[in-house]
Amino acid sequence: MADVIEVGAARDDAPPPAANAARRGASAGRTGRATPYLFLAPYLVLFGVFGLLPIVLGIWLSVHQWDFQLPNRPFIGLDNYKDLFSSDSAIYGDWWESVRATAIFTVLSVPLLVVVPLGLALLLNRSFPGRTFFRAIYFAPYVLGVAVIGLLWRFLLDANLGLVNRLAGAVGLPADTPWVTNMPWAWISLVGVTVWWTSGFNAVIYLAGLQDISPELYEAARMDGANAWQRFRNVTLPGLRPVLLFVITTTVLASANMFGQSFLITQGAPGTETRTVVWFIVEEGLRDNDAGRAAAMSIVFALMLAVVSIANFRLFRYKED
Amino acid sequence: MTTPTPTTRGSATALRRVVLYATLLALALIFLMPLVWMVITSLKTYTAAQQIPPSWLPNPLAGYGYEQILNNSANPVLRWFLNSMLAATLHSLLVLVTASMAAYALARLRFRGRGVSFALIVGTLFIPPTSLIIPNFLIVDQLNWIDTLAVVVVPGAASAFGVFFLRQFFLSLPNELEEAATLDGANQWQIFFRVVLPLSKPALATLAVLSFLTNWNDFLWPIFVLFSPDKLTLPPGLGLLQGSYVTDYPVIMAGAVLASLPVLILFVLAQRHIIQGVSRSGLKG
Repeated sequence: MADVIEVGAARDDAPPPAANAARRGASAGRTGRATPYLFLAPYLVLFGVFGLLPIVLGIWLSVHQWDFQLPNRPFIGLDNYKDLFSSDSAIYGDWWESVRATAIFTVLSVPLLVVVPLGLALLLNRSFPGRTFFRAIYFAPYVLGVAVIGLLWRFLLDANLGLVNRLAGAVGLPADTPWVTNMPWAWISLVGVTVWWTSGFNAVIYLAGLQDISPELYEAARMDGANAWQRFRNVTLPGLRPVLLFVITTTVLASANMFGQSFLITQGAPGTETRTVVWFIVEEGLRDNDAGRAAAMSIVFALMLAVVSIANFRLFRYKED
Repeated sequence: MTTPTPTTRGSATALRRVVLYATLLALALIFLMPLVWMVITSLKTYTAAQQIPPSWLPNPLAGYGYEQILNNSANPVLRWFLNSMLAATLHSLLVLVTASMAAYALARLRFRGRGVSFALIVGTLFIPPTSLIIPNFLIVDQLNWIDTLAVVVVPGAASAFGVFFLRQFFLSLPNELEEAATLDGANQWQIFFRVVLPLSKPALATLAVLSFLTNWNDFLWPIFVLFSPDKLTLPPGLGLLQGSYVTDYPVIMAGAVLASLPVLILFVLAQRHIIQGVSRSGLKG
């Protein structure tokens, strides 16, 4: 390429700049035209097969009776959906129990996962020696997978051998709380573990948002005689609004998709009370071989989440006005 | 005599310092104690771990948990470790290559269908990945990928996050260098490989580390698509380990330590990248 241009420039009848540009365009077209698609192709193949195809296939499955072990997989219209909403179907009770479990977990965990990390971020949002160090420590549990933290907390919460009851006993509290087998302890455990595990993640997002608030705003508020609470209320919170919306939306989705914690820590106990929607869907689809019904549940679940997310957005838009 | 004010103010600041550090340390203890307990327990004997109440220190200090894990044909933990390492590394490379190329096209090249492709890709960010698990299972089944390495390496790379993340970064790069390279006669491939990628090292490192972590920690997908004991990655393997050792906690905790070490080391080394990646993902929202 470089040679071509040099030759062109050395020619006596060097073309005017415009023609030169046009030629460059043409040569870009030569390597070009298909070039953007070649850049895009590898990802688009993956995206098509594992991102778009499953959406279409999911809808298609949901209107079929799809048993892995049966040769015939007849079209059954909306029967899979109807089963989820009619109380005389075999699946109705278990399905709504799992919806209830997911709802309970989301309602209990989201407020804590929004507020506790904000507290951590406010604590870390000042300059003091060791700030980066503490930020790293609070974030550390998040880099561990749910398998590790699940096994770890199943052990820590063990009624007899666990550290939690050992510590409770040491400070004079009951030392035999059945953390993972009885209500309400099972929910308290699942929420507590999740707060311990993921607070650092939200805190880091808040910290980035806090650092974007102009120090001049705080200075101005201080000059107006605003105390710490008033500064928080009138400068920090409004400045954090977009970040807050992001944190709430992603946290609601994360909590609603909870699976590993109850699968490993409470193992659904007591009974199947802590079996969540995601767990029930994969169990129904992959263990009990009814992919059609599981697909219908996935779609109903995705729609429920969409409604919650939209409501969330609306609520915050209104507040902004 | 000096006025008392500076001293009072001085001791007030000192007191606030003390309160601040006391709070920070108490919180640090809450976040770290469970991890420390995991390590302590992994070094106990079975009998010591069964004591009620549990002892604070491993006495005697025992390699029991780790021995059980390393010589175990029913639960080949080392094999799981290698499988996880291989899967997470390959996954991370696949994400880097495919996402960076696609993101470059979407950020810098003009072509028909760019708007539509971007809208479709971003649109899937709003679909919970868990709701695609059942159809994705059928797809990998059709591909005969069940119980193979590919099944934990490839499908996850369809995530829109990497494309979105890198596109934002490429858009923030100044145009001048690319224009200069074009004037020097470089084509799009040369610009991409010699100009854009070298300038994007921090973003690429962040994405590589985040993809590695995600894949290393993935639990829901591998427990349904991997079956043979020698094919498992660590997360489903740990589930199996818990199933066979139940309350033999030194062994289970030794497995948990083994699964935590690489990501904790990665976190210490790449802390800046991880935390920047997380905070940037928040700002885009």
